[in-house]
Order: sequence, then C-alpha cells, then structure tokens
Amino acid sequence: MNWITNYVRPRINSIFSRREVPDNLWTKCDECGTMLFHRELKGNQNVCTQCDHHMSISPRDRFEALFDGGVFVEVEVPEPVADPLQFRDQKKYPERMKAAQKKTGEKEAMLVAEGDIGRTPIVVACQDFSFMGGSMGMYVGNAIIAAAERAIKLKRPLVLFSAAGGARMQEGILSLMQMPRTTVAVQMLKEAGLPYIVVLTHPTTGGVTASYAMLGDVQISEPNALICFAGPRVIQQTIGEKLPEGFQRAEYLLDHGMLDRVTKRTELKGELVSIIRMLMGMSPAVAGDLPAPEVTVDSPEAPENESQDAKSD
Amino acid sequence: MTNYLDFEKPLAEIEGKAEELRALAQQNEEMDVADEAAALDRKASELLEELYKELTPWRKCQVARHPERPHCRDYINELFTDYTPLAGDRNFADDIAVMGGLARFNDKPVVVIGQEKGHDTKSRISHNFGMARPEGYRKAVRLMEMADRFGLPVVTLVDTAGAYPGKGAEERGQSEAIARSTEMCLQIGVPLVSVIIGEGGSGGAVAFATANRVAMLEHSVYSVISPEGCASILWKDSTKMREAAEALRVTAQDLELLGVADRVISEPMGGAHRDRQATMQSVGSAIGSMLSELEEMSKADLVANRRQKFLNIGSKGLAA
Ligand SMILES: [Zn+2]
Repeated sequence: MNWITNYVRPRINSIFSRREVPDNLWTKCDECGTMLFHRELKGNQNVCTQCDHHMSISPRDRFEALFDGGVFVEVEVPEPVADPLQFRDQKKYPERMKAAQKKTGEKEAMLVAEGDIGRTPIVVACQDFSFMGGSMGMYVGNAIIAAAERAIKLKRPLVLFSAAGGARMQEGILSLMQMPRTTVAVQMLKEAGLPYIVVLTHPTTGGVTASYAMLGDVQISEPNALICFAGPRVIQQTIGEKLPEGFQRAEYLLDHGMLDRVTKRTELKGELVSIIRMLMGMSPAVAGDLPAPEVTVDSPEAPENESQDAKSD
Repeated sequence: MTNYLDFEKPLAEIEGKAEELRALAQQNEEMDVADEAAALDRKASELLEELYKELTPWRKCQVARHPERPHCRDYINELFTDYTPLAGDRNFADDIAVMGGLARFNDKPVVVIGQEKGHDTKSRISHNFGMARPEGYRKAVRLMEMADRFGLPVVTLVDTAGAYPGKGAEERGQSEAIARSTEMCLQIGVPLVSVIIGEGGSGGAVAFATANRVAMLEHSVYSVISPEGCASILWKDSTKMREAAEALRVTAQDLELLGVADRVISEPMGGAHRDRQATMQSVGSAIGSMLSELEEMSKADLVANRRQKFLNIGSKGLAA
C-alpha cells in the first residue's frame, strides 16, 4: 500500500516529467517559411530563429520557460456550472468543450500557477488561445479571480498573459459578465498594493481587451501581437476604407500611447523580474541563468492531461 | 405614421384600414363608419395582444431597436429636472453618443448618464447611432468620479448596439476606455442604478451597467454579441439570427433568471413606444425604488455590494 495515495498535495509540474518530443519534427515558420527543428524552436520559446516571428505557445510551455527550472505549482480554479445556458448552435457546447480539451490536453482556456521567476515569487495566469480561441467564460473569470486571491494571500504580484478572440459566446451574457468580475479581481490586487502586470500576446481582442487585459500597472506586449477591441475586418466593413499598415499591432499601439513596452518573448523573463523587483522594493536580480530549484517531490502518476499530445496549432 | 416591424405586418393592415375608413368619413359626412372602425380597432388590439403575448427573443430584439422607442433623451427630459448637460472628456472631444450631466430626480441631485441613439436621420448621425467612442466612456468616467466626490447617486440609461468599431476609436484606446469605465462603476462609493431601456450591446453596455441595481424594460435585450454577429460566427450564416437570439438568452426575462437583471419593468401592450407616458412612469418608479433601496447604505457597503453582486453572477447558471 502506497502511503502517498491518501496524501493530497499540490501538483508539481517540472520539465523532467514532460514527455519528450521526438527530435525529428520540423515546423515551418508561417512568416518566413523557414523549416525549424522542433527542439531548436522549443528552446527559443516558439520564436522563429530566422525572423523573430512569435508563434503561439501553450501556457504549459510558457510556464516551463518562465519559471525557474520549469517548476511551478498550479493554482486551483473553482469549477463553474458547466454549459450554464444549455447552449447549442450547430454543435452542443459540451461537444465543443470536449473537442477543445482533446485538442489542447487542458481543461479550459486559462492556466494559473505559482512559482519563482529569477528567484522572485509570483503568481501567473496564462490564457490559451488554442482552447476555443482563448475565449473568456465563467472558467476564465474564475481563474483570474483565483489568481488574484492567491496573489493577495501570498503577497505576490500577478502577471497575466492574455490571448483571446474575446468572450465565450456559448455562455452568452455570463461571458460578458466576466468583464466586471475580472475587473473586481484587478481592483482587489490594487487595493492590496500588489503589482498587476499584463503581457498581451497575439491575439488579444474584444471584451478581454476591454477589461482585465487593459488594466495593468504595466502593459507589455509581445512583438506584432494584434490587440484591439473591434477586429480589423469589422472596422473595414464599418468605415469602408483601407486600414494603415500595422494597424492594431503591438508597435502601433505603443506609438499611440496604449502600451508601456513591446518586448520579445525571449527577453521577457528578465524584464519581468527586473520590473517586479523594483515595484516590490526588492534588491536587484542576480543576472544570468539560475539553477533549477531542488525538486523534492514528484508526482508518481503523471497528470492525466500530459498523457495526451499537447499540440498547439 | 407608425413604424411597423416585419412581424407586425398583419397589424399594419388592420390599423391602416381603420385609418382609411376614418379619413373617408371625414371627407364624406353621409358615411357612418363608426361601428366598422371600432370593430377594426378591436381586432387590431386583439392581434397586438396575440403578437406580444409571447414575443420570441429575436422579435424582442426588433422591438428593443424600434425607431420610435423612447430613448435616453426622452427619459431625461421626462423624469429629471434641472438637467444640465456636461460635455467633454477633457482630452480629445465631446462624444454625444453619450449624454450626461447633473440633474434632479424627485428633487434630489444626481448624475445621469446614458447612450442616445437619435430619433431621425440627422440626429442619428450626429449621435453616431448611440455607438460611443473612447471619449464617450471617458466622459462617463469623469462624471462618475465627480458624482463620487460630491456624494451624488448615479443613474445610467443603457441603449447601444455596442461601442463604435472605428479606426480613430481604436487608435485612441476604445478598449482601455471601456475597461476604465467599468472599473469606475465598480469603485464609486455612491448608489449606482442602471436601466437597460433598449439594447444592451456587449462591452459598450457593461461600461455603464456595472451597477448596484440593474433593471431591464420588458422588451429590452442585453447580450455579449448581436444575434446577427453570433449567427455569422457560430452558424456561419447571418440569417440565423433567430436561432442565435434564442441560444444567447438575451431577453430581460432570462437575464432576471440568471441574476443579471434585478428587475423587469413592464411595458405597455405593443412595446414602450405605443404608450410613452406609461413607459416613462414605470421607469421613473423603478429608478425611484432602486435608489431608495440603496439610500441607507454606507460608501463601503455600496462598493462591496456591487462587487459581490458581480462576483456571484453565474454561480448557479439557469438552474432550470
Ligand atoms: Zn520565421
């Protein structure tokens, strides 16, 4: 009998428990067309080594790259009522959910974790665009509230990576209500005097942009990310004129005073550590790569969602 | 000349006939049409009742967008006194898709803010059909902040298809402006009550309707996306708006079940525009009673009440 079966403890995810990806995989950069060796691409956080194009990255892969030694502990998110409106279009909502879960190996469109980056303790929430377009429904709202509450409890800053086509239509008005709900979460952080840093990634649009993704103390974006309320197609239809080059891209927003910084993914960790340590009144970070923190516990059974191929498209 | 919605066509015929008869009788004194016209009137009112007894969600959307439906300006003129419009966002422009300012409600000073769609071609264009740009939301933020400082309750009247999707609006931070307006709604220490009088379109509506109390007119709608937009994305066919309106649960009645609307205000038979006076009265009394429910609450309680209300929304789903 295994003593550990009755012992509930946080799920530790580490780079060591990840299934190894076969080395003979190649990915074509959708920007410059270069064939990139999978391991090389992953080592560069899905940024093309030829043209710097930022491809999408799953929350789990991002966390592995971000947290020291790839070690993080997931923060539990309260489960909302499933399919609250009994919504069906051409498919039933639960069927769409199942398909998204199968495709991503994740439960929902946001992952929350705590851990250290550059030996700086933080809580991170990361939206998953490959899960139904990262759309914001009750779960994503609950995840942001849980992330804020956890950050407040631990007196840590919250870093949020946004990526979404907007609200989860299948949850109707309840998806819209995540705008005020997540805003309450941001206000709780602000009242606790904790930094809230938003990293906008491609694409962040609609109601997500018009709530928690625009309320950060510091607003950073990855290069060339599309960031908007109304999408370019809708605007083009409405005004009937051609939109300028780079319209609604990160650099355009930076020019128009809507962002603090546009930062490459590969430089993001260092920048976050530096900003957070200043905002938190901590001593300067130690430069260079840090050794992985010691992992003393490891899960005997792999988390169920890692048995599937977590493939992003 | 009444504007009839497509599903009201049979009604238009009967009411048209009655009108014709009366016009004929006026020209020709020997004609006695009183009985016949009265019979048509009866038939028309029966049909109206029949049509409105159970409006489908899509038909409610149509009624909510009816061109003759009373708009923000009408409510302000009728229900408030000493209305003093205040203009501008102090940064860029005055967006008159949003109107607002100081006023008195039952003699007590308040700040009133709302979206105005306009009532004819010219005013519709100047009000941008009630679709606000960032300046509109920033004007609202400024007014709410002022209300907070002077302890004035805020009344918002929501009627918009959504925030304006334009080039300049995006460049000047439409999303940030909406986010800040919602944020301000959640932090002011004064009573904030909202009435959805027509269309509650997406984020553009949330920015005003994140209130302690939200009332919806019986045939108003409130939705994350227009039924047409939802149909074109999920059904890949924008003519499937009836199905989308159904699935999205956009009606005041469903939103009351979901805890998004705190109360539903009855409309006259045939919609708010068929008896504007009665509509004004019901809306006025709803605003009055929502404000009085909040009268005794402290600043901190008002903020806490508002936040908790939104944190709780959705925890039960439809529970049907
Ligand atoms: Zn490339």
